[in-house]
Order: sequence, then C-alpha cells, then structure tokens
Amino acid sequence: MTGIISDNVGRPSGLIKAASGGTSTGAWTKIKTLTAGADSTLDFVDGTDDVVLDSTYPIYRFSFINIHAETSGEKFTVNFRDGGSAYDATKTTSYFLAYQDEAGSGDAALSYITSKDLAQSTDAQPIAQDTNVDNDASISGYLHLFNPSSTTFVKHFISNTQSMTLSSGNPYSYQAFVTGYCNVTAAIDGVQFSMSSGNIDSGKIKLYGLGDS
Amino acid sequence: MSGIIAQNTLDNSGLVKAPAGGSDAWTFISKTTASADATVSITSGIDSTYKLYLITLKDVHRADGSEAWLGFNLSTDGGSNYDATKTSNLFNTHHRENDTSASISYNDAQDLAQSTADVNISTGIELGVDSDASLCGTIYLYDPSNTTFVKHFLIKTAFMSYYSANPWTVNTNVGGYANTTSAVDAVQFKMNSGNIDAGDFCLYGLTT
Repeated sequence: MTGIISDNVGRPSGLIKAASGGTSTGAWTKIKTLTAGADSTLDFVDGTDDVVLDSTYPIYRFSFINIHAETSGEKFTVNFRDGGSAYDATKTTSYFLAYQDEAGSGDAALSYITSKDLAQSTDAQPIAQDTNVDNDASISGYLHLFNPSSTTFVKHFISNTQSMTLSSGNPYSYQAFVTGYCNVTAAIDGVQFSMSSGNIDSGKIKLYGLGDS
Repeated sequence: MSGIIAQNTLDNSGLVKAPAGGSDAWTFISKTTASADATVSITSGIDSTYKLYLITLKDVHRADGSEAWLGFNLSTDGGSNYDATKTSNLFNTHHRENDTSASISYNDAQDLAQSTADVNISTGIELGVDSDASLCGTIYLYDPSNTTFVKHFLIKTAFMSYYSANPWTVNTNVGGYANTTSAVDAVQFKMNSGNIDAGDFCLYGLTT
C-alpha cells in the first residue's frame, strides 16, 4: 500500500481501503445491534433481520451494554435454539460470582452458585446477578459462543458480566462468570436474551463475528 | 455519507472512511488446523507488529488414548525450544451433567512457580474423547516482543471432560507470565500424552 491511503492507516480520519472480507475493519465484524425498549426478549436468529449466526464465523461475541431491567430481583438470561423455533437447547453450565458491596463492609467474596448452574436442562441460563431497577443500575459484559454451526461437537460458551445489584437494600458490584455447553450436535442458529420475569427495559446487545481467514 | 464512499461501505474493496477514533482492530494473522498432530506450533507472526495478541482455540479434540490434558508453552528462540520460565495461577469451575458435583477451586497442583513445564490449560483434567467433546477458549499474550518486562498471558477455556464416565463442563482460568525479558516469538500446544486429533488455532493481533 502506498501514497495517501497508506498514510491514513491508523488515523481517525481520511480514506482507507475497505476491509477485506466485509463490513468492518479488523477480524471482528459487527453483525447486528439490538436495542431494547421494554422488550420481553431480544432474539438473534440466523437469516433474520440481517443476522448471521452460521458457519461464516467460528466464534461469535455478544456484547451487553447497560442492560436495564424493568423488574427488580430478576435474572438476565440466555437460551439457544437448536432446531425448530423453541429456545430450548439442553445445557450443562457452571456459575460463579465475585462481589463487593459499596459500603466496603467486608461483604466481598468469590462464590459458586449452585442455584444458577444447569445440569442437562433446557431452562434459560442466568448470566448476571439479580437485576436492580435503580436508574443508574445496569448490566454490561459479553458472551462468546464457539462454532455454533458445528454438527460434530457440543457448543461451548463463556460469559462474563458486571452489574450493580441490590442485596438487602445495599448496592453491590457483582461479576458473574458462566461457562458451559449446549449438549447438542445440531447447529445453534438462534440466541435469545430475556429476563426471568418482566421486560428488558433498555440497553443494547451487539453481535460480532470473528473471522479466521 | 454520500457518493462513492457511501457506495463502498460494506464492500470488500475500494475506499472507505477511516473509523472514527482510529483503527483499533483485531487483525487475523494465521490459522493452524490440527490433524492427529503431536504438537501445534505458531512460529511466525508473533513479533513487535502488535502489542497484544489473541489466540483462539476452536473445538480442540484429542485422540483416543490415556487420560490427557492440553498444555501451552512459549519460546524465545523462534520455536527451537518451548521452555520459557513461567509463574502462573489457575482456578477452575466444574459441573457434572448428572448434577452430582459442582464447584470452583484454586488448583495448586496445576499452577507453576518458575517452571519451564507446559501451562496446563485444561486444569489437569482429561479432555473428553467422545466424538462430540472438545475444548474452546482464548489466550491473550501481552507485548511479547518487549525486552524490558516479563510477558503476561491470560487464558480462559471451556471444555467437556469425563470422570468416572460422567461428563462435566469445566472452565479453566489461567493468569501468568513468562519470566523473561527476552522476546517471545513462538508458542506451542501439545497434549501431555497422545496427539491433538483436531482443532483450529487462530492468531490475531490488535492494532492500537
């Protein structure tokens, strides 16, 4: 690459060459952004509304940006579609937390939460500590989904979220770590996010694909 | 946006506007696919071009055989030797499909203290050998060409394992550093026993 095009690489303005392979500069390609507005679910379905969730990318990332719940004390959850229209893929998962209260009272720990893991269950998987409806409270984080189009292997996913949560009326910083797999060899072609009860009041979920060529 | 620039948006060629805020982006560098290999080595593309590298592991599957876990090591001589001195920490979670066991624990049997041995990125727990069992994950390697500081890495993997014939989901988290001021320029993966049957190992660099 030469001339002015070369000079502009790495700069925040000017003209550059379009990225080889498509819609983004870099290996992470933004596929779809869903913005919640009192929605019961946010669904990413391959082939619908420009969503790509197939063999195009080996790894997908969902980024959660300031997810705010309509109802307090609920769970922000994910589920997967493995054929048909139902989000009911069988899953085995683990769930642990790190937390600290704002008061610094010493209530801080690392803890495995058996009530929020799944053992061969089709239930939705919680991916953050219970919701807080304070105006400034939200959930942010990510979920990586590996090779959802495989028809050979189970489908692993890794999620890490950070939230402001109330416990006994006190605000806490909670970090939730969820790992597991959809124990199916059918392709996963849809991912759904929802609250265990009530709507997703606001927030954005962005889907990216990571290219490998 | 209008004109030819607008027309090129989403195209694979032509000219587009540079991204606001600069060109921070992950760049794909290479993909290595295992096929009954004793080792998978990445010996090119790790240099001073990028300050942060990402290695993704997609559906790593081990060959039939005895119990085996997946190891990771680093080289400072272009891949002639994978024996960087390392100090690392490791904790893991697990949960069985039959719901009989679930926990998080620090695994002091698998951390390293100034050791040249492989970093265990599957917790010292055997990878499942069933046809649908695999390991996926990410490795971040920081500033490997730096000749002033040690070389930090962060590893997170998820895999299906077996114990007493019960499948588990296992999550391994490793943090550590190669305790060297020499540049790290190659990395290697291998099972402690047997071959890597399949899997993709992709290398990316972050432009900042």
